Amino acid sequence: MANKRIGKQTVQLENPPSILSAASIVGPKEGEGPLRMYFDMIIDDELWGEKSWEKAESKLMRETIDKLLSKSGISNQSVNYILAGDLLNQISASTFALRDTGISFLGVYGACSTMTESMSLGSFLVDGKFADNVICITSSHFCSAEKQFRYPLELGSQRPPTAQWTVTGSGGVLLSSQGSGPYITHVTTGKIVDMGIKDANNMGAAMAPAAADTLVTHFKDTGIYPDSYDLILTGDLGTLGMEITNELMKQQGYDISDRYNDCGAMIYDVKRQDAHCGGSGCGCSATVFGGFVYQELLKGNLNNVLFIATGALLSPSSSQQGESIPGIAHAVAIHRNLS
Amino acid sequence: MQKMYTKQEYLKYVEEKSPKSKVLRNVTRAFVIGGLICIVGQFISNLIISKGVKPEDAAGLTSLIMIFFGAFFTGLNVYDELGRFAGAGSIVPITGFANSIVSPAMEYKREGFVVGVGARMFIIAGPVIVYGISASVFAGILYFLLK
Repeated sequence: MANKRIGKQTVQLENPPSILSAASIVGPKEGEGPLRMYFDMIIDDELWGEKSWEKAESKLMRETIDKLLSKSGISNQSVNYILAGDLLNQISASTFALRDTGISFLGVYGACSTMTESMSLGSFLVDGKFADNVICITSSHFCSAEKQFRYPLELGSQRPPTAQWTVTGSGGVLLSSQGSGPYITHVTTGKIVDMGIKDANNMGAAMAPAAADTLVTHFKDTGIYPDSYDLILTGDLGTLGMEITNELMKQQGYDISDRYNDCGAMIYDVKRQDAHCGGSGCGCSATVFGGFVYQELLKGNLNNVLFIATGALLSPSSSQQGESIPGIAHAVAIHRNLS
Repeated sequence: MQKMYTKQEYLKYVEEKSPKSKVLRNVTRAFVIGGLICIVGQFISNLIISKGVKPEDAAGLTSLIMIFFGAFFTGLNVYDELGRFAGAGSIVPITGFANSIVSPAMEYKREGFVVGVGARMFIIAGPVIVYGISASVFAGILYFLLK
């Protein structure tokens, strides 16, 4: 019997894993943003001494793993699994980053929802006593993502005002059966929600219904009220997606606006940095969580956080064929102390 | 209970909610920058003609020089900044056409000269060339029949 399940889509963890360490490395643009003091490292240029953007993205992830290990004092050998994913075809940024680690690897893809997808699965592994230490990590890179999903960088084109800017960066966490928190206590796994948005330059609107769906499901499944959280944080809906989510939530009887924020809206000073609707990409939620949220949890400024990374599950081919964009959102509840 | 909007309602709501492009500002910028690029072209054309080149040859020569400038400033990482500001003003002139060929060539250089630069160079300009040539063939046939 699956006795840890509560409600339709939620798991309440019996042995909540502790987030032993978190780390983040970001690109120059993110390093000029309002969260710059929270990142472990800001690289000077987007190639970071590598020959290609793809290689630079792999290096971002590799170095972030090194930081996770050194911060937690856990050795390479003691890590049982790495759960990682990114936006490149065949999640190649992750696989190339990890080929020399010698740690069991499970690749995950949830577009920009990958961070909470990997944290969800990592929590299951630790909670189920299949692992003691699990690394959950993702990355994205503005240049490699533009190359794969949009136009060449040097093409002189304009972006529409609803567009978002892919974050260059990698963020991750090390989950452990040991440690003294913060703990992951609940996991609500999202289902695919597609409201028919076809514009790949308006991903916030495409993903917002999925975020609202997972949020409402989480509250219903657990019976927890939104005001038990200090912060409800979605992944990369951007300023427009955030507004829509707020409104969709209100329609369903949940007013979360006083404690709700979005990583995409936080990572850039949207006006000054010409980021239109804000940041996006796997690295967006990963670096904001690995930097800002984790440090504020440790300081005690945040105690209970609901973290919902959001993904737009499109491919360049599906867009060109006129398909709408399926959205997804996975939530993990994080508490500083177990009550 | 969930999904209060139907798909149609949601699309309409998003359409209304989404920030709109600043059309007047964009059109003005495109007009000014596009006009400036054309003035540079005209200046070059006049210069060539004053050196004794026949006007019909000067047109081709001017295009060549403008294409060079488009490619050159793409290589210097300047043309994308110009494009972000001017939009159609720097896309429509022939310099924009050069930009659309050089930018993917730069992007895919790391995949090698055959499957990278060679194969990808025309991913943006390709359709323009295909339909441009098709349209001119069609116009030529019409012209032949009607003459």
